[in-house]
Amino acid sequence: MLSYYVRLALRSFGRNPGITALMVLAIALGIAVCVMTLTVYHAMSGNPIWWKNDRLYAVTMDNWDPSRPYSKDSTLGPPEMTYKDTQYLYRSNIPERKLLMYATDGVISGVGAVPAVHVNTRVTTADFFAMFEAPFQYGNGWNASADEPAQPLIVLSREENDKLFGGANSVGRTLRWNDHEFRVVGVLDDWFPRPRFFDLNGGRFNPPEKAFIPYGWGAQLELLNDEETDCWGQEKLDTFKDFMASDCVWVQMWVELPDAASRERMQSFMDGYWAEQRKAGRFQRPRANRLTNVADWLRDNRVVDNDNRVLVGLAFAFLAVCLINTVGLLLAKFLNGAAVTGVRRALGASRRQIFIQHLIEVGALSVLGALLGLALAALGLAAVHHLYASAHLYHHGGYQELMHFDSVGVLWAVILALAATLAAGLYPAWRVGRLPPAMYLKSQ
Amino acid sequence: MLKMQDISKIYRTDLIETYALRSFSLEVTAGEFVAVTGPSGSGKTTFLNVAGLLEELDSGSYELDGTDVRALSDDARSRLRNQRIGFIFQSFNLIPDLNVQDNVEVPLRYRSLAAADRRERIASALELVGLASRARHMPSQLSGGQQQRVAIARAIAGDPAFLLADEPTGNLDSLMARQVMELLEQINDMGTTILLVTHDPELARRAQRNVHLIDGQISDFRAYEPRRAASPGADTAGAALA
Repeated sequence: MLSYYVRLALRSFGRNPGITALMVLAIALGIAVCVMTLTVYHAMSGNPIWWKNDRLYAVTMDNWDPSRPYSKDSTLGPPEMTYKDTQYLYRSNIPERKLLMYATDGVISGVGAVPAVHVNTRVTTADFFAMFEAPFQYGNGWNASADEPAQPLIVLSREENDKLFGGANSVGRTLRWNDHEFRVVGVLDDWFPRPRFFDLNGGRFNPPEKAFIPYGWGAQLELLNDEETDCWGQEKLDTFKDFMASDCVWVQMWVELPDAASRERMQSFMDGYWAEQRKAGRFQRPRANRLTNVADWLRDNRVVDNDNRVLVGLAFAFLAVCLINTVGLLLAKFLNGAAVTGVRRALGASRRQIFIQHLIEVGALSVLGALLGLALAALGLAAVHHLYASAHLYHHGGYQELMHFDSVGVLWAVILALAATLAAGLYPAWRVGRLPPAMYLKSQ
Repeated sequence: MLKMQDISKIYRTDLIETYALRSFSLEVTAGEFVAVTGPSGSGKTTFLNVAGLLEELDSGSYELDGTDVRALSDDARSRLRNQRIGFIFQSFNLIPDLNVQDNVEVPLRYRSLAAADRRERIASALELVGLASRARHMPSQLSGGQQQRVAIARAIAGDPAFLLADEPTGNLDSLMARQVMELLEQINDMGTTILLVTHDPELARRAQRNVHLIDGQISDFRAYEPRRAASPGADTAGAALA
């Protein structure tokens, strides 16, 4: 019977191609707008390392100016820490893994005939790769012993390795980073956590850096942070050593704590340090020593802001308008065919069968709407991506990277189209089954 | 077989109530050919719709083959209608975008018959009405008489016990009307009970019995010389069609 109903649906489409096209277009437009918005929202609001949400914690302490908060809009302290505080906290053996890091710039040269190339680089301690589960194509990261004193080891992104070494296994090869010789110990595989949860400063949706070097190089080469550095006091900052000893915040610290007990111990450790420093005259603001898991970290840093939520709401409102129009058109179409429905009822079709027949027509319509909606959404996302990409905006926050049509987007489209259109078609399909057949038999 | 006892059907608006049928009682036995006549608005079509389970009663009782139809759900009524009743309408009521074969197939589809069984029944029904060669034609490609014969084929394809015909010759010229009537008589001869609503006294006289309605009530019963004796045992045309 299903195939019969499908054939009737297709015949019905052929009988009213104009109204059918109008309905498909209305559904497709609503779906496309929703899918585009949801694709972006999904990418923004996702936790790319959700399975470690109760293990990974960003470490922050509020060392800010006692006379004013770090942010007017928030009670939270700065998202980075001072070099000196992180140096102390990093000595703790409580975390299973721990890392300090910041972003900087470098120039890679000395790879055959490949011209020197600018690369954004992450200066980090060894646990970075294991903590954030960055996958390796070749080799591995370095050991903690290479952090301090810093050894000349480097990990490249896959993209950079493709550029420099043509994608070959470059482990053991040497190159020059800012005119210092480094040995490649690992090449990352494709890795693009969205949002870039571990460092939201350099574009929340930008890809990770192209090169990674041991943390000790930061002090040794006096590498400045390329992203957010905030200072509040009247401090002498003539040398890099001054900078490292200052109350400027620029180092990010993450720890991996496997259970509640280790979390409590880490918290106590931080609080103890805070109390000691406070006695010495620092940390004059209310205590805000925080271990923040990834989900809360993304929320606190407003990765998804209210505008995005409003946009999703508007997209759904637009879909609702499209569907209301579709309901109207469906109702008109079905009632226009009431005489034929009356004949079918006279020939033995029950209300239930009439309902199912029309619901299948609605279902077929929703499949067409979903397909067209998907195509329109893909076009729309590609267009926005192109717009961002062609704007040559370096600090665009990586938003163009969100404009990709992913499998989740497709799933959304299909579920949305089917659920929304079927819901919209329920009433017309039910209504036409309730028509008194006798009334329409005489009038045909 | 068909037994209506003291039934009423009322159409209501905010202001008035109109009795389409009032205290209407009728019994029809298997194999009968009954003509229902009366002026416009006398309740003929309402009677046919009630008999065909397309409209519900307001009061009274209606038994079809011993089943109290008022107690049935919509599914059960539809199943009964599909299996026991065939409809023929004045305006044919063929589905315009289905060809002849697909039109005849419609009631069979709702009975979930196997494709081979459906094909066999369609072929037999079209053979009986003389349109086997037009199976692939669209209704618009047929004359009025041919369309009505397709409608008859559709009505009898499911071997119904009852054939309810509402002015089946009303839109036909006299020659075609005579052909359709002969076809109905032939079907009745095969044992199918026929209830024929008509304005035409000539046609009514060809039935075995005439029920005359005025204002929703039976004003007159008239029995005519039977063309043949009703055969209660043979209650469908199926034996001949199968």
